[in-house]
Amino acid sequence: MSASPAIVAASAQLRFRYALYLGDTSLILAQRLGEWVGHAPALEEDLALANTALDLLGQARHLLSYAGEIEGKGRSEDDLAFLRDPSDFINLALVEQPNVDFGHTIVRQFLIDAWQLELFECLQGSSDPRFAELAAKALKETRYHYRFSSGWMVRLGDGTEESHQRVQDGLNALWKFTGELFAPGAVDEQAAAAGLGPDPASLRAAWTANVEQVLTEATLKKPADVSYRWFGKRHQHTEHLSHLLAEMQIMQRTYPGVQW
Amino acid sequence: MNQAPATSADRFLAPAEREIWRILADVPDPEIPVLSVVELGIVRHVRVADDRRVTVGVSPTYTGCPATEVIARSIQTRLEAEGYEDPKVESVLSPPWSSDWVTESGRAKLKEYGIAPPAQSVSNPKHLFREPKVACPRCSSMQTRKVSEFASTPCKALYRCESCLEPFEYFKCI
Repeated sequence: MSASPAIVAASAQLRFRYALYLGDTSLILAQRLGEWVGHAPALEEDLALANTALDLLGQARHLLSYAGEIEGKGRSEDDLAFLRDPSDFINLALVEQPNVDFGHTIVRQFLIDAWQLELFECLQGSSDPRFAELAAKALKETRYHYRFSSGWMVRLGDGTEESHQRVQDGLNALWKFTGELFAPGAVDEQAAAAGLGPDPASLRAAWTANVEQVLTEATLKKPADVSYRWFGKRHQHTEHLSHLLAEMQIMQRTYPGVQW
Repeated sequence: MNQAPATSADRFLAPAEREIWRILADVPDPEIPVLSVVELGIVRHVRVADDRRVTVGVSPTYTGCPATEVIARSIQTRLEAEGYEDPKVESVLSPPWSSDWVTESGRAKLKEYGIAPPAQSVSNPKHLFREPKVACPRCSSMQTRKVSEFASTPCKALYRCESCLEPFEYFKCI
């Protein structure tokens, strides 16, 4: 993201929406991973998924707090997380997809980790220092997440017949949601024009090369690209987001301001 | 970027600031209480205004580290106990905290506590894709094996010593 004369100053509204987009994506994925706590196949993997969730939640907290700060209406990170309706969320549809089994969960994590690696690398050059410094921090964490998820892709894909089948099923089911990662969705397109973040399409080549290399090592088949109907960053979500939020938000919705 | 933060021994500090560093050297990390917040390398700056108002800049080890708020409160409580009114703790994200900033005494204390200290410097990002050789903190054997990338807190991984057969935690390089 080198500075270009075409860069226009990012409006507060745009910075707010960009913080929400990145924050919602990390938050919803953190919530999904949190569903594994106490249920993972082994204690070590339980810890790994919970630790990854915690890093993502940390990113979400920084981003949503910053969004509230930019908006200037006194909304806190908690207000933004717990009191918005599903149609107000602009996370990527990929991250709201259900866990299904460990194989699906690893595929989802791997696809998003590989994307966040490229995203945060570029975002370090954001025209907004708050995004840049968060990206530098999050990138270090993402490298660990990626090492975990790509390692499991290979172990499962190149493992037993059943583990191979499960992870291939996960890949087949989730691949249609990867198109959104690189398609312009208003918020990231405008953010790119303002120098806030990378052009989504620019992340595709490195992501694809990385993903293909791991899939080959894992003896998995890359599914064909298909057209897709969901566009989380344009508020078009799958039914799964409402269910996830119903569970995540129930305490604050039922007992506003409750603390423990 | 890899320049470690100051300590109370820094001779370029003003006396008022050196005094705050000395106090902070006695504030333990809530999750690894043998280490002080200074030894962990998370205290990034100390400012003392003319009216004795203190501001301390602290970096999270990991963005989601749940200890961050406990650390901020324990720093405030300690400074208040030392007679500083309304001390402020501000979060510093940039440059991001690195395990390279754990001090020498911090590393020695980690080892003594049974946690293997970070095994290498992170100045080369390729380090993440090479497995470091980790010595067992109990018997110093290099015959150790990683059990899990993640452990009881975000900053540690789980290892096992093949010589003395004890499991141990390893403070990750980040």
